[in-house]
Amino acid sequence: MSKKATRQAYGEALVELGTINKDVIVLDADLTKSTKTNLFKERFPERHFNLGIAEADLMGTAAGLASCGKIVFASTFAMFAAGRGFEQIRNSIAYPKLNVKIAPTHAGITVGEDGGSHQSVEDIALMRSIPGMVVLSPADAVETKKMIFEAAKYDGPVYIRMGRLDVETIFDEATYNFEIGKANILKKGNDVTIVATGLMTIEALKAADILEKEGVSVRVINMGTIKPLDEKTILKAAKETKFIVTAEEHSIIGGLGSAVSEYLSEIHPTKIKKLGIYDKFGQSGKATELLKYYNLTSEKLVEIIKENL
Amino acid sequence: MEKNIKKLEKIARKVRRDIIEMIFEANSGHPGGSLSCVDILTTLYFSELNINPEKPKDENRDRFVLSKGHAAPALYSILANRGYFDEKLLKTLRQYGSILQGHPDMKKVPGIDMSTGSLGQGLSVANGMALAGKVSNKDYRVYIIMGDGEQQEGQIWEAAMTSAHYKLNNLCAFIDLNNLQIDGEVDKVMGIEPIVDKWKAFGWNVLQIDGHNFQQIFDALEKAKKEKEKPTVIVAKTVKGKGVSFMENVCGFHGTAPTLEEKNRAIAELLD
Repeated sequence: MSKKATRQAYGEALVELGTINKDVIVLDADLTKSTKTNLFKERFPERHFNLGIAEADLMGTAAGLASCGKIVFASTFAMFAAGRGFEQIRNSIAYPKLNVKIAPTHAGITVGEDGGSHQSVEDIALMRSIPGMVVLSPADAVETKKMIFEAAKYDGPVYIRMGRLDVETIFDEATYNFEIGKANILKKGNDVTIVATGLMTIEALKAADILEKEGVSVRVINMGTIKPLDEKTILKAAKETKFIVTAEEHSIIGGLGSAVSEYLSEIHPTKIKKLGIYDKFGQSGKATELLKYYNLTSEKLVEIIKENL
Repeated sequence: MEKNIKKLEKIARKVRRDIIEMIFEANSGHPGGSLSCVDILTTLYFSELNINPEKPKDENRDRFVLSKGHAAPALYSILANRGYFDEKLLKTLRQYGSILQGHPDMKKVPGIDMSTGSLGQGLSVANGMALAGKVSNKDYRVYIIMGDGEQQEGQIWEAAMTSAHYKLNNLCAFIDLNNLQIDGEVDKVMGIEPIVDKWKAFGWNVLQIDGHNFQQIFDALEKAKKEKEKPTVIVAKTVKGKGVSFMENVCGFHGTAPTLEEKNRAIAELLD
């Protein structure tokens, strides 16, 4: 299986998008090489602006450009976009419903060696709480590219959460169709459902394979859109399988697990187990070491499912 | 020009009366900082901006950002008097169901180019508008009014760097320097001086005027338009509560509505 980081796919998608749409403007805050917006900058220097190490200003500038008809992609690390830029995103971008795509990279603990200060495990919670914000979280490079194109077509604020780590490619570029608000059922099954997002989707597929061999039928849903949540697909899974396990490289507070729980608790109370970061800050280490330490693995998913069957 | 100034003075008095009436009616709002920026706003909207109330979204229009969004009553009155919406709506300020929110909402009010209110965010947005103009080869200009207390927000200085770095000479900012903020005098709460030197050091073309002198406002706007490389900031010395004797330079009127008696006295002072 080929591997590519979602941030790399983002940079490549921007170049393609910029070629066909002259209204696309890309902003960055001194991280153009890391966020891969340098690819766009090399191709379209007149439509790329570096705001320096100033994330609040980055968000405000994006809002101003969008108010004048531009489709703006604003990038930095997730910690500094959703964290430092929260109020600017809320008041300057989302409150006036401006057409800004907040496209951070380096989300989650897989930033790795930089440690807890740089590992955003709260960004989905922050962005999800803003009225009208669309929150996307791609599982691989193919999904990233499709999301970037869909986000550009959508009129309004979108948050697209990408990572640093190379991740296995799951989807086929020729056949995969991403639609905002629509989940993808990657595997049919009737015993248990795993609802996963980001790099946990591949872990969910691996867990399902292991369990299938042991006679457990697992439904795997890739939730590319955290908000608006695909309630229909979730409700169907809740009715047709015994319980649901959510999996995300994010805090269990306020992320995908919360979104699924909030919805089902009101409409169809269902047993839900949440796999994510349990109210902890991250730490330095190799991305793979951290994923193991925080139990963000297929093995842990198998364990949770076996315990709860 | 003389005749023109007389006309602007008359409009400014009307706007000041509106502000007092609106805030009295709402029993909530910010009279002091609304009154201090009236003459600048009047000059912009009745003499300077290339705008058309019939086409509030015209992409070639000049843009305006009221970064000190709590001065919304001043902007609302200006827009109503300029023909963007019915003056009768002014008395719905801050009321449930009104388009006139406590702070400007661009989605609700025709003629408002940016939703503001949370201090420190306006200049970044104005930069974005000015950059969009440059990218699209449009010759519109972007104007913004900031408060002096607002200069305490760090984002202002991030944005100040950006404007100069990208040589946004199509951007003209005003600082409404009335030296009062909620907790008292600006220099006692958190000093911002030397404000002129700070903006010069950040690479801006800096002008200083009396923000209640129409001739000086005109002249500064003309100078700003002639600047080829730098963004211009006009540091305008103003009086908080300007035009209402008992509100002038009184901190208490930052965010306090007048009583009926105070309203009547204020209106009497502001009659033509």
